[in-house]
Amino acid sequence: MYTQAMDLAPKEERKAAQSTDEAEREARFEARIAAGDFIEAKDWMPEHYRKTLVRQISQHAHSEIVGMLPEGNWITRAPTLKRKAILLAKVQDEGGHGLYLYSAAETLGTSRDQMTAALLSGKAKYSSIFNYPTLTWADVGVIGWLVDGAAIMNQVPLTRCSFAPYARAMVRVCREESFHQRQGFESLLTMMKQGTDAQREMVQDAVDRWWWPSLMMFGPPDADSPNTAQSMRWGIKRISNDELRQKFVDACVEQARVLGVSLPDPDLKWNAERGANDFGVIDWAEFWSVVGGDGPCNRERLAARNKAWDDGAWVREAAMAHAAKRSIREAA
Amino acid sequence: MKPTAEWPLWEVFVRAKAGLDHKHCGSLHAPDPKAAIQLARDVYTRRQEGTSVWVVRSDQIIASDPADKAMYFDPMEDKVYRHPTFYELPKSVDHM
Repeated sequence: MYTQAMDLAPKEERKAAQSTDEAEREARFEARIAAGDFIEAKDWMPEHYRKTLVRQISQHAHSEIVGMLPEGNWITRAPTLKRKAILLAKVQDEGGHGLYLYSAAETLGTSRDQMTAALLSGKAKYSSIFNYPTLTWADVGVIGWLVDGAAIMNQVPLTRCSFAPYARAMVRVCREESFHQRQGFESLLTMMKQGTDAQREMVQDAVDRWWWPSLMMFGPPDADSPNTAQSMRWGIKRISNDELRQKFVDACVEQARVLGVSLPDPDLKWNAERGANDFGVIDWAEFWSVVGGDGPCNRERLAARNKAWDDGAWVREAAMAHAAKRSIREAA
Repeated sequence: MKPTAEWPLWEVFVRAKAGLDHKHCGSLHAPDPKAAIQLARDVYTRRQEGTSVWVVRSDQIIASDPADKAMYFDPMEDKVYRHPTFYELPKSVDHM
């Protein structure tokens, strides 16, 4: 998902408690989690819990920020004023979501600049999905339908995350995200029902290109996701990758039928026995290569973020200088 | 990445509508109070979530220590007589 790279790290061994005092605190912490309590930023927490959350929340934030780029690509070329206003609002929302999430991560004692530096240097990960190009206008609709649809499926359980500042941010994000998916679907539906043959082909082509990368958003299969169990125990992750992926596929089959598009998977068919859709094997080699930095747009995305940061440096400095000058004047 | 001073952190409080109190809704970085108000509007009230915004520097907030939670708040647990439901009254006057 937006934090799929959390599943890529090798299994982390937790350090044993250092002292009896620490062991006691840890036991109390585990009991709170088991009782379904929320943990607040200033509460005592094991170092590994803190580290895991900083990594997960900042990856999530980076994904929102980088996620502005593929769609931002179409703002100046949206076909109507209505679509342009919608797209602007959506991209602004993504920026806002990034800010809510960075704030939540900062409560854990990491600074905004540290997180930004990790993103810009390529050290921090963001979702693989944003390393694919948006070639046509239909891509914008498909991102709303499939990519935001997958994101919502993952984010709704996170509103019950044990770390309260993250859960609170996710409540706000989910409330806003629902419009993203609906506007995408509606845009595609308009093209499919009222458009020309060429427009319908454009929609189908976009679905063909985005379907598999969307399934990869849920991260590697559960068997290859070594840190899932610990995250589940801690209430940081509520539903496993494979379970969410299945839920997503099942939801999309009906939605694709309503749209009148086909999903590019010959093995996709209803399995009455399982009460779910079977689907084909995901190209994990592609997934690993995109995550490893060799997707179609990895370098472009990182270069765009670095340029934005560097170009904005004088604004950040000037604003601080202005604030300093004003406070001196006010003090005088 | 060139090291420059990070904009200070502000806590944001929004009044949803007249008659309600301001409620904490998140935080943001801004260089000065005026910019903080402006940014708070953009970040936290994009869907008419508010009619008024307060901001305060995060480092100006004094908070109780979570470690003192039990000492501070638990003594109220056994003072049930502070609640109206503690008092049993005859049915005919129980709405008081």
